[in-house]
Amino acid sequence: MAVDTSRPAAKAAGAMSARGRGRGGERNPGRIRRALGTHWYAWSMVAPVVIVIGVIIGYPLARGAYLSFTDANEANVERNIGVNHIPATYKFVGLDNYKAILTDSVFWDRLGWTVVWTVTCVALSFTLGLALANMLNRKIKGRAIYRTALVLPWAVPAFVSVFTWRLLFNERSGLFNKLLEGGGFDGISWLNDPTWAKVSVIAVNVWLGVPFMLVATLGGLQSIPAELYEAAEMDGAGPWQRFRNITLPGLRSVSSTVVLLSAIWTFNMFPVIFLLTRGGPGDATEILVTYAYRLSFVISPRDYASSAAWGVVILLLLALFAVGYRRALRKQGDSW
Amino acid sequence: MSTTTADTRKTADSRRTADTRRTAKAPRRRGERSRLASVALHVSLIIASVIAVFPPLWLLITSFKPKTDAFDTSLVKDFTLGNYSHVINDTDFPSWLQNSLVVVGLSTVIGVFISATTGYAVSRFRFPGMRPLMWLLLLTQMFPVAVLIVPLYNLLAKLGLLNQPVGLVVTYLTVAVPFCAWMMKGYFDGIPVEIDEAGRVDGLNPFGTFWRLILPLAKPGLAVTAFYTFITGWAEVAYASAFMTGEENLTLSGGLQTFVNQYTSDWGSLTAAAVIIAAPAAVVFGLVQRHLVSGLTAGATKS
Repeated sequence: MAVDTSRPAAKAAGAMSARGRGRGGERNPGRIRRALGTHWYAWSMVAPVVIVIGVIIGYPLARGAYLSFTDANEANVERNIGVNHIPATYKFVGLDNYKAILTDSVFWDRLGWTVVWTVTCVALSFTLGLALANMLNRKIKGRAIYRTALVLPWAVPAFVSVFTWRLLFNERSGLFNKLLEGGGFDGISWLNDPTWAKVSVIAVNVWLGVPFMLVATLGGLQSIPAELYEAAEMDGAGPWQRFRNITLPGLRSVSSTVVLLSAIWTFNMFPVIFLLTRGGPGDATEILVTYAYRLSFVISPRDYASSAAWGVVILLLLALFAVGYRRALRKQGDSW
Repeated sequence: MSTTTADTRKTADSRRTADTRRTAKAPRRRGERSRLASVALHVSLIIASVIAVFPPLWLLITSFKPKTDAFDTSLVKDFTLGNYSHVINDTDFPSWLQNSLVVVGLSTVIGVFISATTGYAVSRFRFPGMRPLMWLLLLTQMFPVAVLIVPLYNLLAKLGLLNQPVGLVVTYLTVAVPFCAWMMKGYFDGIPVEIDEAGRVDGLNPFGTFWRLILPLAKPGLAVTAFYTFITGWAEVAYASAFMTGEENLTLSGGLQTFVNQYTSDWGSLTAAAVIIAAPAAVVFGLVQRHLVSGLTAGATKS
């Protein structure tokens, strides 16, 4: 059994050759049986995940893609009312849903706000997280206390924090407005004025996102060798130069990962907007994801087809973004 | 001035050769900060900490105020546990808590197990279909709730799993498992292969090696994975709001929404319930948070 690929892959070289040979023998008769013999351990170990993903993501995804080409809504899908079974009556409408979305100004408005929301949130939380990480990465009294305090927003479940912020933002008697009024200013309708609502949701999301950035970049900072800073200092580099030419490049691999992750998370950030403003006032703070949710679960009749089409469009946008991001990184010589 | 800095640097150099690990941990040994810089540093850190801590703290304070004074700005006035006893005795909160515990407990146990086997297979074996699988795991993290939620809703409705914990359990598995498998892969990569080989030589099959040798060694990694799955389910809103309806079927995130909506605003009960929900999560978080990030960045950079 020289091609026993199920043995532990100690060194990459051995693994590579094994794989190469496995590919070379593709035409052999009985290949499937032999592959089964050598790989059944590995395959049975990954089987549960593959099945779960296949059933719960694969099927719904395929079905969602299919629904997006139909005119399905609450009134014409297959359903049971009491003992009566009503068969589905929706029909295939081709690209109509997509045409409707792309020609509708609602989509472009939502897309614009989603992009603003994502970029602002990621940029702000990354900058703040990096700044705080830099401060914490020094010899300073009470470092552990500061660190614990700063990470706290991450420890509290997000939906709990969102309700806390609603308590603070409350227009009539929330703490912020009481403080403002105490100082002789007019209260602000934090969540009911389109502009302030946008500011508020961004503020809350940044508050939620900074700890993750802080912890991740702090880990990155600690892996930069101190010698580099000392050498730079010997050469007369100022603090800003050291930051630009040592810290930032040293953080590249960490920051490129966390920025990508957090961009995807923010783009899809459902709970903050759904629980803070329900997308309102009007649809001022509605991002793509919450709007798609609204189409299928809030409005009546529930418009399953459009919602599915929105979902597919969102997925395509994200995939485009991820591919573009990776390509940009690669161009700059990153292995990731 | 210049001689003193040169001197400190020389001692620094000798210290570095003596103890390289310590210097790696404290990268900046540039002279002292000026007093002004120190003060500025502390002031900005204090401001940031206050902003970070204040909302949860305010939540805690509010939960001890009488229901009618939820918006009172004073710190402690009429300290009471009334909100807590109301939430526990007079609302559906206990059944929400129970629902959440069932859903989250099941998905944690199953999720940790299957992501551990997958992570192990991906870390140790080279098998056909491995690369596509890794890509699949990475890709599923990108899926927006919005694409899946409607077909999943219909699927669960067809299977009669709406309002059933099982429906949410499988859903949460798909949310948490891909990421957990990545984390576990990173963790297994750090365990020497020689241990597997020793097990094989002694006659264990791969399952035996995994179960008897590697899993016990991977306990910290398993703990982190378990925590991640737990917190994902504990804090999930979209699926829970869509799939569970009816007061007694809700999970915590859905139930909390019923205290404050367009019809009622019972902030007293809300804050008490929120504290009960947040406290255990925060404590566990504090214990594993360091590993969470290292697992995350390791999984990502080793791709």
